Amino acid sequence: MTLRSQSPTKTIAFTLLLALGSVPSSATAAAPDLADAAGNYGITSASRIHFTVAQAGGGGIVGDFAKFSGNFRIDRNDVGHSTVEFTLYPESVKTGEKRIEDFLKSSAVFDTANYNTVTFRSTNVKQTGPDTAAVEGTLTARGTSRKERFLVTLLDWSRGSIAFNIRGNIHRSPYGMDVGTPIYSNVVQFDMNIKGQRR
Amino acid sequence: MLRNDKAGFGWITIVLHWAIAALILALLGLGFVMRRTPVDPALQFSLYQWHKSLGFTALGLATIRALWHLVEVRPRPPAGLNMLERHAASTTHVVLIVLALAVPLAGWAVASTSTLNIPSFYFNWIVIPHLPMAKSEAAENFWTLVHMTLAYLLLSFVALHALAALYHHFARRDDVLVRMLQTGSRQRASSQAAGSDPVIAGRKKP
Repeated sequence: MTLRSQSPTKTIAFTLLLALGSVPSSATAAAPDLADAAGNYGITSASRIHFTVAQAGGGGIVGDFAKFSGNFRIDRNDVGHSTVEFTLYPESVKTGEKRIEDFLKSSAVFDTANYNTVTFRSTNVKQTGPDTAAVEGTLTARGTSRKERFLVTLLDWSRGSIAFNIRGNIHRSPYGMDVGTPIYSNVVQFDMNIKGQRR
Repeated sequence: MLRNDKAGFGWITIVLHWAIAALILALLGLGFVMRRTPVDPALQFSLYQWHKSLGFTALGLATIRALWHLVEVRPRPPAGLNMLERHAASTTHVVLIVLALAVPLAGWAVASTSTLNIPSFYFNWIVIPHLPMAKSEAAENFWTLVHMTLAYLLLSFVALHALAALYHHFARRDDVLVRMLQTGSRQRASSQAAGSDPVIAGRKKP
C-alpha cells in the first residue's frame, strides 16, 4: 500500500523534474540534434568563464577569466569525434578584489610570470543525452598536465552560433596550487557559458 | 600552589603570564615578517593564518588573565618602593593587561572588516566568525593602523616591564623577577612570617 501511494508521487516528481530541466534549454524544443550543428566554431568573447572556490564557513572566492580563446569542431557523423581546444589567460582573472587577483596571479597560484596560459585539449567526447555530453581532455596548468572531465549542456543553437553551459570540478592541488587549503576548498568549480561562432 | 597569595604568585598566574608573553613576542615577530619583509606570497598567506590563530589564542588567554587579575589576590609589592614606583608598577600591569586584550581585538576587527573576507579558521579546526562590522577598504585600513599602533605600544610596555623586572633583580636584588618564575618565594616569605597563612597550611591537610 505504501509502495502504491509512493509510486505516482515519484512519477509526478520525475515528470516535473524533466519538464523543469527542459525549460532553459530552448534548443530541446527546436530539435536538439547536435549533428545539425556540425561544423567548426570559434569561441567568442561573449563567453563567460566563471569559477567558484568555496571557503570554510560558507561563501568563497567567485570570479571570471576575461581573456581566453579557443575553437571546437562538432563532428557531422559522430558527436563522439568532436574536439575542443581552449586557452585561458590567468592574468585576466577578475574577482572584484585586486589583492585576491594579484595573489591568484602570483607564484602562489597561477604563477603567470612563468606560465601565462592554462590550456585544455579534448581527448574524448561522449554524448550523454539529447542535449548533453561529457568531454574529457588534458588540462595543462603550471607545467602539469592531467586528465579532466567537463559536463556540457547545449543551451542554444541557431544557424551560425551555438551556446553551451560547461561545468567541471577541478582539484587544484595536483597543479601545485594548493595554497590556502583547507580554508579554501581544493576544488575549483567551473561554470562556463561558451558561445561559438561558426567559421 | 595554584593560587596567588600576598607573598607570591601561584602557578595559574605564572603560566598565564609566560604563555601570554611568549604569544605576544611570537605575534609581534610574525606580524613584522609577514607585513614588512619581502616574503613569498604562499608563505605570507600561511603566516597570516598562523598569526590569526595564535592571536585568538592570545585573546582567550588575555581574557582569562584580565578576569584573574580582577578576582585574584595580588602579592604585596617588595619593601622599599615609594608611592610613585608602586603606582608606575600597577599602572604598567593594568596597561599590559588592557593592551593584551585590545591588540588582538583590533586584529579581529581587521579580519572582520577586510574586503578579502578570509575566514578565521582557528588552527584549521573551527571557523571563528567575523565581528559584526561593515567591510570596506577604509575600515580595514583604519583597524590595521589601530592594530599596528597598539601592538607597538604593547611592545614598548613589554620592554618597560621587562627592564623593570631586570632592574629589580640585578639592581635592587629583590624577588620580583624570581617570584614570576617559581612559587617557591612564598615558602621563604611564609617561613619568615612564621606560618602566618592558615589557609595554605589548612590546604595541605586532607
